[in-house]
Amino acid sequence: MLLFACKRFVSLALTLVAASIVIFAVTNIVPGDPARVMLGLDASPQAVAALHRELGLDQPILMRYASWVGGLLSGNFGVSYTYKVPVSQLIGQRIWISLPLALYALSLSILVAFPAGVLSASRRNSARDVSIMGLTQLGIALPNFWFAMLLVLLFSITLHWFSAGGFPGWQAGFFPCMKALTLPAIALALPQASILARVLRSSLLDMLGEDFVRTARAKGLTRSQALRRHALRNALIPVLTIVGLQFSFLLAGAIIIENVFYLPGLGQLVFKAIAQRDLVVVQSVVVLLVLAVVLVTFLTDLAYAAADPRLRTRRR
Amino acid sequence: MTRTIMALVLVGAGLATAPAAFAAPTSATIGMPLEPPTLDPTTGAAAAIDEVTYANIFQGLTRFAEDGSIEPDLARSWDISKDGLVYTFHLHDGVTFHDGSKMTASDVKFSLDRARGKDSANAQKELFTDIAKVEVVDPLTAKVTLSQPDGSFLFDMAWGDAQIVSEKTAAGDATHPIGTGPFEFDDWVRGDHITLKRYANYWGDPAKLETVTFRFISDPTAAFGAMMSGDLDAYPNYPAPENLQQFQGDPRFKVMVGSTEGETILAMNNGRKPFKNKKVREAVAHAIDREAIINGAYFGYGKPIGSHFAPQNPAYIDLTGLSKYDPQLSKKLLVEAGYPEGFKTTLKLPPPSYARRGGEIVAAQLRQVGIDVKIVNVEWAQWLQTVFKDKDYDLTIVSHTEPMDIGIYARDDYYFNYHSDRFKKIMAELDRTTDPEKRTELLKQAQKRIAEDYVNAFLFELPKLGVAKKNLMGLWKNSPTPANDLTEVHWRN
Repeated sequence: MLLFACKRFVSLALTLVAASIVIFAVTNIVPGDPARVMLGLDASPQAVAALHRELGLDQPILMRYASWVGGLLSGNFGVSYTYKVPVSQLIGQRIWISLPLALYALSLSILVAFPAGVLSASRRNSARDVSIMGLTQLGIALPNFWFAMLLVLLFSITLHWFSAGGFPGWQAGFFPCMKALTLPAIALALPQASILARVLRSSLLDMLGEDFVRTARAKGLTRSQALRRHALRNALIPVLTIVGLQFSFLLAGAIIIENVFYLPGLGQLVFKAIAQRDLVVVQSVVVLLVLAVVLVTFLTDLAYAAADPRLRTRRR
Repeated sequence: MTRTIMALVLVGAGLATAPAAFAAPTSATIGMPLEPPTLDPTTGAAAAIDEVTYANIFQGLTRFAEDGSIEPDLARSWDISKDGLVYTFHLHDGVTFHDGSKMTASDVKFSLDRARGKDSANAQKELFTDIAKVEVVDPLTAKVTLSQPDGSFLFDMAWGDAQIVSEKTAAGDATHPIGTGPFEFDDWVRGDHITLKRYANYWGDPAKLETVTFRFISDPTAAFGAMMSGDLDAYPNYPAPENLQQFQGDPRFKVMVGSTEGETILAMNNGRKPFKNKKVREAVAHAIDREAIINGAYFGYGKPIGSHFAPQNPAYIDLTGLSKYDPQLSKKLLVEAGYPEGFKTTLKLPPPSYARRGGEIVAAQLRQVGIDVKIVNVEWAQWLQTVFKDKDYDLTIVSHTEPMDIGIYARDDYYFNYHSDRFKKIMAELDRTTDPEKRTELLKQAQKRIAEDYVNAFLFELPKLGVAKKNLMGLWKNSPTPANDLTEVHWRN
């Protein structure tokens, strides 16, 4: 188990190094001068040159890469070109929206997907199964930004139950914040829940055809008892994979939903930073997101091993 | 599943019965399309900075009134020497910065010297090039000596870039601005909102609102939702003209259509074939139907212009007749220029909707006279690099939003690639002239010069489209400079 973890950890570190090179190269190849963007149409060449010096953009590219990575390793993410505050402070503010939102959406997704998947699988091809699968089909097909707009139209504009967007800040208290995140979380969770429910259903159906389930039935368990006690745990592996992937996706990929609900999360930070050529912010946030994805994958791998002892022995 | 979601939603709604931060009569929440990168108008160029700080946090020696005229601000009056070289500003007494320190003539000296200094990061350094020296006569009198007479000096001093900052706090203004205005900075949650609160020791009439929140919502659909749900009290630069009808028909709201200083132009690369040829440029100008563009790109809002000048300016002359819509004439001019079959060209469009929507109509109109236009959409940073800096373009559409910026046509390295000694002569004379009547005459000549040279195809003046709750009073309808002056804003009962 320990060796397995070590191996995974080394590949994690290598992935990060490769990612940092790619990210730095891409952000520096893209045309667009940050100083120009910041100073606008009428800026004089002297002002642009002065800003270049201030931002350190007159240094050679390798020097800039070295000082950036060096900074990252010592926990110093640099100072945002546009906001003029430390990037770590910006990330610190945004992560407390993106992370709770991702967790909220993931919990909703799991809460909805598990009962839906189990109910479908327990009576295959029944009216219940067909209608649940029909709904999940719809859930996958609906673009989530459009679903988000419908939610705003109904719950904010017509019923006035929720704000159309924005985030009050955690100092406003737990419930106002959760309320602000509710519509976005629902919009994000719908497609994820639909996918998860379908994966769980097909995984369960596979298990129900296995010998050990037939044995359990032969011992006198009902179909649903066999499903709950024997098939479910074994059906979890593919579901865990999906949950891991979904969490990474929700953390990094909520950009559109953040725009619809004007939530100041990490996605919006990167989105605006790209438009403004705030290279330091783009690089640092993307590296952080890569780190998050790699970590989640790492933890998912460990979770497999915990869920399925065979994986541990095989790898040894 | 749907039922489960509905149930969750109901639980969520039930949990959240805490009073929402709705606008009390002494506060207002204002929507803005872009978040300012910093809050120091003297070192940053973004219009969003001025939209938060102008007249609210920072003040200058002079200021713009809503109609674009120049009014005294921190200077209560001034004397100008006969030769037009020495300006003596008499400052208001009892003005304090938000940190409590007194504002005096030495702050004026510091601010102007900092803006024109060698290491200045001021984005509008040209405003200060004529200043030879700034002297402190006494704490309430500052004397500015110019190297040559500058008829627009008082106008220049009204810009956000020329506002007065304190030496002690200037370095921190980017993140925590300290000015002399009726509102002081309170809080900034980056990406979401900035809050200002009324400054208790303000030298003039106190602001009517206690707190003001600026919220940043760039997505037009989200902006619509935020207004309709009541989250916002006003959105003074509303990004989606297509929604205005809906607001107009809703008794809770009012729609404010005003003017800006934004000349929207189809810029042509005068240094590149075939636009080097004046006949080709004239042909392009006659191929354009301004009404169709205004209707298509801005839903009928916006005034046609025939030169690079704002129609609300007293010196404006209507030159649209020089380039009236006439496809037959346009074809004839193309034949005369040696392009009987037309030619192929590209049109680079930055992200704003006036450019993207207007660009498609322009392309269609040019195709009518045989010019085959390929549209290339670019983002802002790319536009600034390729079009504006490298001058690598044929045609582009952009709105020049700085007030009184006709002088850009005298710049040699500007992206139009337009070089005219006659125009430069007019501008040089304008700089030397302080007599208002003579200035007006020169400005008229300047407008005519570039219109007759068909430097660009001049499309329309960008309107300012604002939406607000019906009983929120005192917002600026016009936009003589990027600003949301909230000094007079209040709720009517």
